[in-house]
Amino acid sequence: MSRQATGTAFVALLRRDFLLAYRRRAELLQPLVFLLVVVTLFPLGVGPSPALLANIAPGVIWIAALLATVLSLDSLFRSDFEDGTLEQMVLSGQSLALIALARTVAHWLVAGLPIVLLSPLLAMWMNLPDEGLLILIESLAIGTPVLSLIGAIGGALTVSLKRGGQLLSLLVFPLYVPLLILATSAVSAAVVDLPYTGQLGLMTAGLIASLTLAPFATAAALKLSLS
Amino acid sequence: MNPIYLFFHKTGSPPWFYKYSGKLIPWLWALFLALTIYGLYLGLFVAPADYQQGESVRIMYLHVPTAWMSMMIYGLMAIMGFIALVWRIRIMEVLVISSAPIGAAFTIIALITGSLWGRPTWGTYWVWDARLTSELVLLFLYFGVIALYNAFDEPRKAARAASLMSIVGAINLPIIYFSVEWWNTLHQGSSMGSDGPGIHPSMLLPLLLMATATKFYYGANLLTRARLCLLKQDHRKRWVQDLLSKESN
Repeated sequence: MSRQATGTAFVALLRRDFLLAYRRRAELLQPLVFLLVVVTLFPLGVGPSPALLANIAPGVIWIAALLATVLSLDSLFRSDFEDGTLEQMVLSGQSLALIALARTVAHWLVAGLPIVLLSPLLAMWMNLPDEGLLILIESLAIGTPVLSLIGAIGGALTVSLKRGGQLLSLLVFPLYVPLLILATSAVSAAVVDLPYTGQLGLMTAGLIASLTLAPFATAAALKLSLS
Repeated sequence: MNPIYLFFHKTGSPPWFYKYSGKLIPWLWALFLALTIYGLYLGLFVAPADYQQGESVRIMYLHVPTAWMSMMIYGLMAIMGFIALVWRIRIMEVLVISSAPIGAAFTIIALITGSLWGRPTWGTYWVWDARLTSELVLLFLYFGVIALYNAFDEPRKAARAASLMSIVGAINLPIIYFSVEWWNTLHQGSSMGSDGPGIHPSMLLPLLLMATATKFYYGANLLTRARLCLLKQDHRKRWVQDLLSKESN
């Protein structure tokens, strides 16, 4: 397979996924509305005290982002699996890891990026101090692609199961632990004027590692689900 | 045939595995029992109580070996899972999924003994300390592998999915461990540092005996489970039918 053909396939897949996403706009909005609702529940549950909310803001926003991502992951490969598109992709001769990567990138752009864009609103609701806002956005920008990449492995493993959604969350939440810790501690550190570049650096390392490794695991999982 | 290849081929064949693991299992149980009885005797009656922790230090003889096993078994599952996926050896798939419940049990024992020890020593059953948290995450990883295996109808596909999941989990496990450690630490350092163990031989000996005993327990339990799993998977095949007719005669 020539390099050009590989690049064309990647772009073609991305375009197809965007078109599909655009045609199913309502489905895309669900995880985002879910994100807003979850964050709203916290002030109602723990009380509206601004100091308390500011304290728990990074954790609440990040946990809501995790939940919203996992909610959207279940449908990542499902419709392609059910109508046989996935089998055709495997038969196409293109690298399956590349196909998985294209699918994951599309997922991040339609499910992860909106979370990053919504985060200023969430930060305002949760009364996050201004010093932390930029770092929160940065941490989400670095972290949500990792959520999609690692989550894709779980999505691919559970795609052939009827009730994969609950299992998916059991599989991927433990893998999200390091990211959650690093991201929330970076934001909390920024709020009290402590250095936070170390955490963001480690998160970026995690992004590079999962960008290079996770598509292969996803490809293996897809092959397994199709066998 | 190349002797190495022959050995590889033979061990990978279920009837051969069934026959020889059956011969090995009684020895493993016997060694486990002997070492456990001696180790517990030394640990509970002979070894001195700690000058700070008092008698509760004796929980260590159960806690530390089970915690070691919980991590070792997950590592082994990843290695065996890799072999199972790359060379498609069915015995390895069976060994991976037979390991998971044992590893989960060791993790639960380590967590329970740890909290029982923490109550008199730290004054609380549970703290969100690095080692406790990563052990809890490890338990969730075990549950994930077991749940994934049970979700599939076809056993071989299920075992391969579980193998892949254990590899992904094992790559993440050190990252989880270091991130949690960096997040919050209360647990004391390891008793077995790189510059030699920091504990007295009278306490070290029962600890090592128990650590060895748990490995024999794992071996015996693993082989027993793997044999049962093989019998279930192959119940229509000739070697199982032959075995059954031999037993009934």
